[in-house]
Amino acid sequence: MRPKLKTTRRKFLHLAGQATLAGAIPIVVTLRPTEATPAMLASAIRNVVGEAPVHTGKVKLDIPPLVENGNTVPMTVSVESPMTADDHVKSIHVFNEKNPQPNIGNFYIGAYAGRAQVSTRIRLADSQKVVAIAHLSDGTFWSASVDVVVTLAACTEEVI
Amino acid sequence: MASALINVPRKARRGDVIEIKALMSHIMESGYRHTAAGDLVPRDIITSFACRYNGKEIFRADFFPAIAANPFMSFFTVAQESGKFEFEWIGDKGFSETASASITVE
Repeated sequence: MRPKLKTTRRKFLHLAGQATLAGAIPIVVTLRPTEATPAMLASAIRNVVGEAPVHTGKVKLDIPPLVENGNTVPMTVSVESPMTADDHVKSIHVFNEKNPQPNIGNFYIGAYAGRAQVSTRIRLADSQKVVAIAHLSDGTFWSASVDVVVTLAACTEEVI
Repeated sequence: MASALINVPRKARRGDVIEIKALMSHIMESGYRHTAAGDLVPRDIITSFACRYNGKEIFRADFFPAIAANPFMSFFTVAQESGKFEFEWIGDKGFSETASASITVE
């Protein structure tokens, strides 16, 4: 009898422990802000490039590596390209890893732009990777990514 | 109300690559913020921006909630002929604003 009781107690403690753990995990999850996962980043990129391979290079993503305020982060994307009728950048797409949505912006230009460069200001909800992808007129895709550390995140503050 | 700031060179030589800057005042409410009471603040952003040079579209952008408030855009184009740049912002809740600037190309 005694050994059986022992196992029951042990089982009970084990179960109780599991229950506490199971109970604790959803709380932890709900406390975390919703965020795009690397998988969402990958699928957002796939939506733009399709099955085409994405090469590294040609693109320069200028963004401060250390950001104090994620609510407004200056960002410049430039692409090495002669910008002629035969060889130019068609579009530039910017993505992030951990904001609630993986997309930041799509920018459509053409040979008439003269220079493949766009600047804007973005929001970053967390320290994360930012990816810029350029679609060239020959159909190839080129990318650059930068890891940004954010001290004060965007999106988290309450509206009064 | 909504107001735009446009920066286009007044004069350029034909063939010059010129920079165009455009800023529109807008809250760009992301739709991910909550009030102190816990209610979600509905999304209210500019979703698209376009620039036409003498009627021809030279730049277009899709904006997402990750674009900062008062969206600023800078881009380039080749000065081809004197004329007009027209800018258009379209967004949630029927937001629609336009602005224009002229250039003299010598």
